Amino acid sequence: MAYTEEELKKELETKEYEYGFYTDIESDTFPVGLNEDIIRAISKRKEEPEWMTEWRLQAFAAWKEMEEPEWANVHYEKPDFQAISYYSAPKKKDKYNSLDEVDPELLETFNKLGISIDEQKKLAGVAVDIVMDSVSVATTFRDTLAEKGIIFCSISEAIKEHPELVRKYIGSVIPPKDNFYAALNSAVFSDGSFCYIPKGVRCPMELSTYFRINQAGTGQFERTLVIADEGSYVSYLEGCTAPSRDENQLHAACVELIALDDAEIKYSTVQNWFPGDKEGKGGVFNFVTKRGICHTNAKISWTQVETGSAVTWKYPSCVLKGDNSIGEFYSIAVTNNFQQADTGTKMVHLGKNTRSTIISKGISAGKSQNSYRGLVQVNPRATNARNFSQCDSLLMGNDCGAHTFPYIEARNNSAQIEHEATTSKIGEDQIFYCNQRGIDTEKAIALIVNGFSKEVLNKLPMEFAVEAQKLLEISLEGSVG
Amino acid sequence: MTGLNKSTHSMELKEKLLSSFMVMEQDVDLAAPVHDLRTESLKTFEQLGFPTKKEEAWKYTSLAKLLKKDYSVFPKKETTLELKDVKKYFLYEIDSYKVVFIDGVYSPFLSDTTHDGIDVCLLSAALDKPKYKAVIDKYFNQVAKKDDSLTALNTSFAREGAYIYIPKSVVAEKPIQIIHFSTGEQGDFMLQPRSLVVAEENAQVQIIERHQSLSAHAVLTNAVTEIFAEQNAIIDYYKIQNDRDDASLVDNTYISQQRDSNVKVHTFSFGGQLTRNNLNFYQEGEHIDSTMKGITIIEDQQHVDHYTLVNHAQPNCESHQDYKGIYAGKAVGVFNGKIYVDQIAQKTNAFQQNNNILLDDKATINTKPQLEIFADDVKCSHGCTIGQLDEDALFYLRSRGIPKKEAKGLLTYAFANNVLESVAIPALKTRINKLIANKLGVDLGHDL
Repeated sequence: MAYTEEELKKELETKEYEYGFYTDIESDTFPVGLNEDIIRAISKRKEEPEWMTEWRLQAFAAWKEMEEPEWANVHYEKPDFQAISYYSAPKKKDKYNSLDEVDPELLETFNKLGISIDEQKKLAGVAVDIVMDSVSVATTFRDTLAEKGIIFCSISEAIKEHPELVRKYIGSVIPPKDNFYAALNSAVFSDGSFCYIPKGVRCPMELSTYFRINQAGTGQFERTLVIADEGSYVSYLEGCTAPSRDENQLHAACVELIALDDAEIKYSTVQNWFPGDKEGKGGVFNFVTKRGICHTNAKISWTQVETGSAVTWKYPSCVLKGDNSIGEFYSIAVTNNFQQADTGTKMVHLGKNTRSTIISKGISAGKSQNSYRGLVQVNPRATNARNFSQCDSLLMGNDCGAHTFPYIEARNNSAQIEHEATTSKIGEDQIFYCNQRGIDTEKAIALIVNGFSKEVLNKLPMEFAVEAQKLLEISLEGSVG
Repeated sequence: MTGLNKSTHSMELKEKLLSSFMVMEQDVDLAAPVHDLRTESLKTFEQLGFPTKKEEAWKYTSLAKLLKKDYSVFPKKETTLELKDVKKYFLYEIDSYKVVFIDGVYSPFLSDTTHDGIDVCLLSAALDKPKYKAVIDKYFNQVAKKDDSLTALNTSFAREGAYIYIPKSVVAEKPIQIIHFSTGEQGDFMLQPRSLVVAEENAQVQIIERHQSLSAHAVLTNAVTEIFAEQNAIIDYYKIQNDRDDASLVDNTYISQQRDSNVKVHTFSFGGQLTRNNLNFYQEGEHIDSTMKGITIIEDQQHVDHYTLVNHAQPNCESHQDYKGIYAGKAVGVFNGKIYVDQIAQKTNAFQQNNNILLDDKATINTKPQLEIFADDVKCSHGCTIGQLDEDALFYLRSRGIPKKEAKGLLTYAFANNVLESVAIPALKTRINKLIANKLGVDLGHDL
């Protein structure tokens, strides 16, 4: 064997979070605390119209009345919402006209992240919108997209330039009062991405947003709104990283997807926020609300690879409102060390002949806790609804936990619902088989984990699939049970 | 939990119970240690109150409507029943021990108890007589959950129920039937039977339990049964729930198993207005086998909620769950199965299966199979389906001249049938078969 277990363990412990660097960029950060003035100030800084400010203030009023939810299977010290700065932006003089004007430090950051914002990226065919701390700093390929009538920009720009679209759809899927963190996000969101695909247009390239928390003591609250008009198609990618810090940082995002008649949205996430160190210190609290609505014949597909964050609380959901609509959820959640993840989905069947598929793979290692929590709800009018759910858990080592909390509610007798879940470990015989064929234990585990997660990895766009596979390997290195 | 949101009616029942406790105190030995337990439990209940839908464990089942009734808590007068009137509720085809209660009061006339080799008698006697003190001290209220409000309520009124003790290496030669009748002579009535079953090392016993209301008066039963299976003991427990539409039951069963023991609980829920089964298995040794199976066939406005827990606390144990549900009319079914595997419980095999058929479009099923696993070398799985009868099979039967209704009945019958395979008392199996066939309107063509 190339490694002994001890060596592997050691390597795992010393393995550092690759993206844990901090970029020294002069930034414009608001004082800590949250009150109406801060919200007005954010809104003013973004040069938002009056209705947007009002919308935020209403959300804030609702948030003040709400209590932080406690039902999730995670334990953490609640963030002090008055000790967070709600706005931090890389300082900029004016709008950039070309990339040459962008702060070289900033460019360096993106190089480290493996993202080149320059046009070379054309080869990869990905249009990127980058949100650093709370502000969108660069959007590529706008012209190419504009030719097709596709709008892809930061949400603050969209509020200014396409207020009719934003006003119509923002909060239509996730109402500002939906839950504690959605309300907070609605009140203080500082930026995020906006995307509109016109009728019948098939977006020619993958759209991508990259999120990064840079400043200390700030929270990131971005808001993403994707609207696919009738008969259109878009594939959207989202990635995220944060510097290694001892304190916990808060990330509370909202993602709203609207798939109008016959439209299809594919939303993929590779979440790699800083998970905390091996002692469980630091790391990002990731409290995210993601939801999509499907109109007639529409389809929304969520794919997520969750490897980061100290605490994750995330349930990308589909409201299958239109007849014949389809919801899909493919997820791999990996937890190691002291990470905790409570993630899953909600499939709400409202229309006739609606179908949903849930494939969830949980991998827990170290001292982590990994939970799947899902809801499949078939309402009385959703005749012939069909659901298939599969939740598999893989446990590595004896200090971690895997949990499943599936809720299934059927109120229509034509519903067909199947749910199955299994929990197991990597078999010694499987490892042995690989070993005797000259594959060392670590590679063998990577191989087996890959096989275990293949159903989900297959759903990722090419560029992401490679990255995700690597991430899985890194997150699990040395966790031989 | 003392709630502003609670209706005044449920407050009234709570108040009534609290004051009834003082009435009961005039009647029992206040110096007995069990009375301290009662007082303590009453405090717990006073603090927690009745569970509401806000609690996760009661998300899909509401007691609110039931709690509005004005129940009497103690029987006003003694009632007797003629055997011929109630014979059909017994499994009379076979010889058995019987412990029968009428409105919560022991009926010596209908019962057939014993102290010959095994003890099949009354909990009230066991609580009072010094002869049973050792057993009561060792087992009574040891596995029942202390912080569950309804269990605590039962404990605070714990006086009567069955007491079954099977000594070491004894096999009870005939099954034991426990039957609770409510006559309606007391008006709307609340019953709180409390039973204790102990099977010592290598002992074996089969028990059949039934709650039966005989009138149109509302009955609310809050039962607690504690079952202890020592090393190698084998216990088979059958619950028949085929009550009238005005009777409701909250059944709390707690089972503690020692190494190599085998406990099976079968629950047949065919009737009642609201039935909630809290079935809890605690495995406290290695190589334990726990089985829980159930068939639920309900219609109209009936509501059945199975809430199961298997606590795998030791290595090398197994658990098997298989629940089938068939829901017609506006019936509501709930299944909440939780498998908990402790960190040291390596090599656990835990299986859970829940299949449901909704026959009518107003019927509802809520199911939540839940796994909480802290050990890595385990095999745990759960499966859950909601669906309809196979159209092809239905067509096949109809093409052979079987009318639609009967064809449906046959298929439904087949769907539920495999749960019956593990029923070890042939007479009971036949009886349940008939009940199911009757319920589904199937003529099996021959007398089972």
